[in-house]
Amino acid sequence: MKNFKYLVLGVLFGIILTKSEVVSWFRIQEMFRFQSFHMYGIIGSAIAVGLVSIQFIKRTHLRTFNGEPIAIADKKFNHGVWIGGLIFGLGWALTGACPGPMFAQLGSGSNAAVVLILAALAGTWTYSALREKLPH
Amino acid sequence: MPGVFLNLNLVLDFLRQPWPWYVAGPLIGLTVPALLLIGNKALGISSSLRHMCAACLPAGIPFLRYNWRAESWNLFFVLGITIGGFLGYRVLGHPAAIAISAATVHDLKTQLHLTDFTGLLPRELFALDNLGSWRGWVFLVLGGFLVGFGTRYAGGCTSGHAISGLSNLQWVSLVAVIGFFVGGLVMTWLVYPLLF
Repeated sequence: MKNFKYLVLGVLFGIILTKSEVVSWFRIQEMFRFQSFHMYGIIGSAIAVGLVSIQFIKRTHLRTFNGEPIAIADKKFNHGVWIGGLIFGLGWALTGACPGPMFAQLGSGSNAAVVLILAALAGTWTYSALREKLPH
Repeated sequence: MPGVFLNLNLVLDFLRQPWPWYVAGPLIGLTVPALLLIGNKALGISSSLRHMCAACLPAGIPFLRYNWRAESWNLFFVLGITIGGFLGYRVLGHPAAIAISAATVHDLKTQLHLTDFTGLLPRELFALDNLGSWRGWVFLVLGGFLVGFGTRYAGGCTSGHAISGLSNLQWVSLVAVIGFFVGGLVMTWLVYPLLF
């Protein structure tokens, strides 16, 4: 099954998110109140390691394990990037969760995560339905 | 054989402690090259919400009419995160409440009137019984809705823009991340005082 490797990587990612307490509403509040370095350390060091890795991949023209050239699409700007970003930020501080942590919370056995994920799906669906009418 | 069990217990005890930022952050960062190397995939989690909408309720919406099956790796990754949440919390979980700073505890006690600091989410705000009150709807339903709406509008979340995008030096992602933080600060510092 070709998708099994993504399942395994997802399991590891979920364990890391949970054990580092990124999935905790309390940690997100602490971050937005500038009362601990924890979340900034995690996000900052994750970006640093990701950046060095991508530079290494690009400069050595590394290929995937299947031998394909590695291609990363550029992100394109539209006004949704900042408008949507602000809207997500409001929700992030309320729920203390971005999409990844919501699923880790679901796995931890949180009833609230069921409601949060259904509400997030409703949000994504509503955006999809209104997309043509929204400024971009 | 007792020696083997002893060692396994030592390993488990070691893993059960909360992981410091300098262990977890680099491991999260390594997910970016790992996904590229195993399948040329860019780390991003909020897209999974779009794929689920496309799979379950496309309703003729153009943005939800695409071959989501071609992106099914993303759904397996998210299923993995769910299993990882179970293992991380139930099997490798630490019994003590999360050790947030004393200043945050003080603020949450005095401003939000929280008394229970156990679990991942404060029960006083996120218990399902709260859906009988307007505040429960704000935290559980409006909060989740804004996350799903905003991430798709912005074209990514903390993983897709902050980790993946900034790692690849995308200025668009920097704009998004500044938006995430401004939104979070507005909610925490300006809106929270109105909710309590």
